[in-house]
Amino acid sequence: MSRGERNSLSALIRAVTGLLDTFAVVLKHLCRRPITEEYPEFHRQLPARARARIILTRDPDGDERCVACFLCSAVCPVSCISMVAAAREDGRRFAPWFRINFARCIYCGLCEEACPTLAIQLTPNFEFCEYDILTMVAEKEDLLVAHGGKNRDYNFYRYAGVAMVGEKGSHIDEAPPVDLKSNMP
Amino acid sequence: MAKLLVVLVGLLLMAAYLVYVERRLLARFQIRLGPNRAGPWGLLQPLADIIKLLTKEDTVPQGADRVIFCLAPAVVAGTALLIFAVVPFGEGWHLGEQPIPLVITDLNVGLLYALALSSLGVYGVTLGGWASNSKYSLLGGIRGAAQMISYELVLGLSLAPVVMQAGSFSLVDIVAAQARYPFLLAQPLSFLLFMVSGLAEIKRIPFDLPEAENELVAGYHTEYSGMRFGLYFLGEYVTMVVLGGLAAVFFLGGWRGPWLPPLAWFLVKVGVVVFAMIWTRAALPRLRYDQLMRFCWKFLIPLALLNIMATGGMLLWAGG
Repeated sequence: MSRGERNSLSALIRAVTGLLDTFAVVLKHLCRRPITEEYPEFHRQLPARARARIILTRDPDGDERCVACFLCSAVCPVSCISMVAAAREDGRRFAPWFRINFARCIYCGLCEEACPTLAIQLTPNFEFCEYDILTMVAEKEDLLVAHGGKNRDYNFYRYAGVAMVGEKGSHIDEAPPVDLKSNMP
Repeated sequence: MAKLLVVLVGLLLMAAYLVYVERRLLARFQIRLGPNRAGPWGLLQPLADIIKLLTKEDTVPQGADRVIFCLAPAVVAGTALLIFAVVPFGEGWHLGEQPIPLVITDLNVGLLYALALSSLGVYGVTLGGWASNSKYSLLGGIRGAAQMISYELVLGLSLAPVVMQAGSFSLVDIVAAQARYPFLLAQPLSFLLFMVSGLAEIKRIPFDLPEAENELVAGYHTEYSGMRFGLYFLGEYVTMVVLGGLAAVFFLGGWRGPWLPPLAWFLVKVGVVVFAMIWTRAALPRLRYDQLMRFCWKFLIPLALLNIMATGGMLLWAGG
């Protein structure tokens, strides 16, 4: 038998055994237990930072955190957030209406990052399918919750955004004013 | 007439449930579960599929040749169903004095009839691809035509030794000739050739180039929707059953077998062949087009010719 013949013969044998090998492998898998997780019955643990439905949170003292600054609306890549701004008698801004079109939202979380008051937050709740796309539009009363979301103690207005009362340096975390004259070398 | 109806309904039911069985089996091969929601164990899935296909919008693409476009799926499904007319699926029953042969018709050229109809099936693929007025469909149709015509030769040549041994073209006679032993034992090479070319003829993996989804969307039935697509689908699965039946008749001894009743044996054999096809689908990747053609013309056809010569020599030597 010449070398060429022997080579082609061994190639043929390799091809055939290779083919039979795949058949054996898939047959072995027929006897394995399926690894499928059947979703509605089985809920897999979501990652800690899973991003889904958006909520509007409140201060520890129950006020709405949102100050209608439009930063979330501006940063939203799909322009799904719209609102109107107004001011209360005490000068604090709020949104008379606030609307998120969840049919358009891509759950990127940029609004949450842009928000200076931690008002808008993404939750891991992703189960809100609808048959009618218009029912995916959420109004303020659908979004507003009674708690502070991820950071329950944070209160933006205790640090900023309101007219100062009292003496300089009396605000929370504010350093006492420096006497320029005593500051000479 | 009643027998015709029973066989037709039975065949259609088998095809519908074959889709379910294939999906479940394929899923298990890939350690998934497969459809298990509609009814217990998903057994109503074929019904749901049929309802879905029937209620879907039936679209005809712009610029399509309407008549041919509407006719082509029927050709595929029709030829597939017609082949089964010559397949004997049991020994024959007696209703009082009247015998009921368990075959629709015992044609004396049954084998040629089956081959001819499988050739006609090419028209369904090619015309469907042509009439759709779409690049992908046309490419799929061309591939289908070339592939099916090529592998038809192997299919015919692989059956020649069977005919030589049985001495008849009638499928009933071929089953009768396997009374002592199935032809699989005498003609293992023929059986392999038949199965390979049969897989190519019904366009299944690894020979599914006419509908290669990652190159051609869905090949020749890209533009079909609703029940017209359903007809292509149905035709494909009926052909699977028919090919199982033909393999059983030509090589596995038809309905013959110990202990079990003949009809059960036939169904078992069809089931084994069909399982092998699904198994192949789970195991093998798709061939490249040049590999497909080279495999057929340079390997299978010479092999089949050699096989015929060897069989002829053996028969002459044995017959003296």
